[in-house]
Amino acid sequence: MAGWLEQLLGKKDKSAEQAKERLKLVLIHDRTDLTPHQLEVMKNELLEVISRHVAIDPSAVKIDMAQDGREQRLIADIPLKPANARRR
Amino acid sequence: MAAKVLTVTSGKGGVGKTTTTANIAVALAALSYKVVCIDADIGLRNLDVVLGLENRIVYDVVDVVEGRCRLRQAMIRDKRLPELYLIPAAQTRDKNAISPSDMVRLCDELRNEVDWILIDSPAGIERGFRNALAPADMVLVVTNPEVSAVRDADRIIGLIEAEEKGPARLILNRVNMNLVKRGDMLNAEDVLELLAVELIGIVPEDEAVVVSTNRGQPVALDGKSKAGLAFQNIARRLNGEQVPFLSLDEKDGFFARLSRMFRSGGA
Repeated sequence: MAGWLEQLLGKKDKSAEQAKERLKLVLIHDRTDLTPHQLEVMKNELLEVISRHVAIDPSAVKIDMAQDGREQRLIADIPLKPANARRR
Repeated sequence: MAAKVLTVTSGKGGVGKTTTTANIAVALAALSYKVVCIDADIGLRNLDVVLGLENRIVYDVVDVVEGRCRLRQAMIRDKRLPELYLIPAAQTRDKNAISPSDMVRLCDELRNEVDWILIDSPAGIERGFRNALAPADMVLVVTNPEVSAVRDADRIIGLIEAEEKGPARLILNRVNMNLVKRGDMLNAEDVLELLAVELIGIVPEDEAVVVSTNRGQPVALDGKSKAGLAFQNIARRLNGEQVPFLSLDEKDGFFARLSRMFRSGGA
């Protein structure tokens, strides 16, 4: 009966699912040789450089690693503030 | 004859490299190919005991490289099969006793004599691995469905690609279907998604492997066990045959899942 319910409720709490999620993160860092801390430092430096030229909202910025086959990509989504907001 | 050189490696130790090498060698030989396997794990040799040939060693791979014997003299013939040979590792030397270019020369000498050359790589990413990788035409990476083995497999796959020996093919060894069904073991799809590599075999966890290793008779010698059959299927895929993957097939359309749910619910 318990197996029943678990199957219906999905597998998010299963240990295999945890293993997969943990491995995903570990492999990103192994492949890029970047620690989570270094990634955070890099993000902040990127934002600093960009905001020197255009106004951005740091809280809306998303910078993440994504896996594409065996390649890693750094994906940055940086919404710019409209020009009139900058003049205020 | 132009042999194909197949290196079996893993990064992590203890995932079943030697068992895999022995069984694929046996399965290929049973398909009437002429097969030589080379134990590249110098100082920690084991392919001899897994194949059950440990009492027949006179010369080893280091003797060949250092010119103390001819190649032929170091090739132990497995009498259970028409054309299966083992070149054992030296036990009292270390990985530095041979170099990658020694391995390339050795394999080149064998290439015109046989159909398949299988190299059992040591664990690790150092000299021994480099020796095993140097002559490879194709690399098989053995892993288990658990975090440390998958992580090390990813590392070794990266090194294989960096050496332009890719694409590596994956063997997922010791899969426990009960744990997978319960959601407590990574399944083949999970591992393939993480490693982004081509699959060539799924080998179920099987007590028959323990028993057969005790006796020095690889499971693939007779295909009655599940693991033995899985190794035979790998040998067939290596020869270009399309053989369906057992556990991938039973996994996991919606209806298959539904019917299993009702079965387990009713039981």
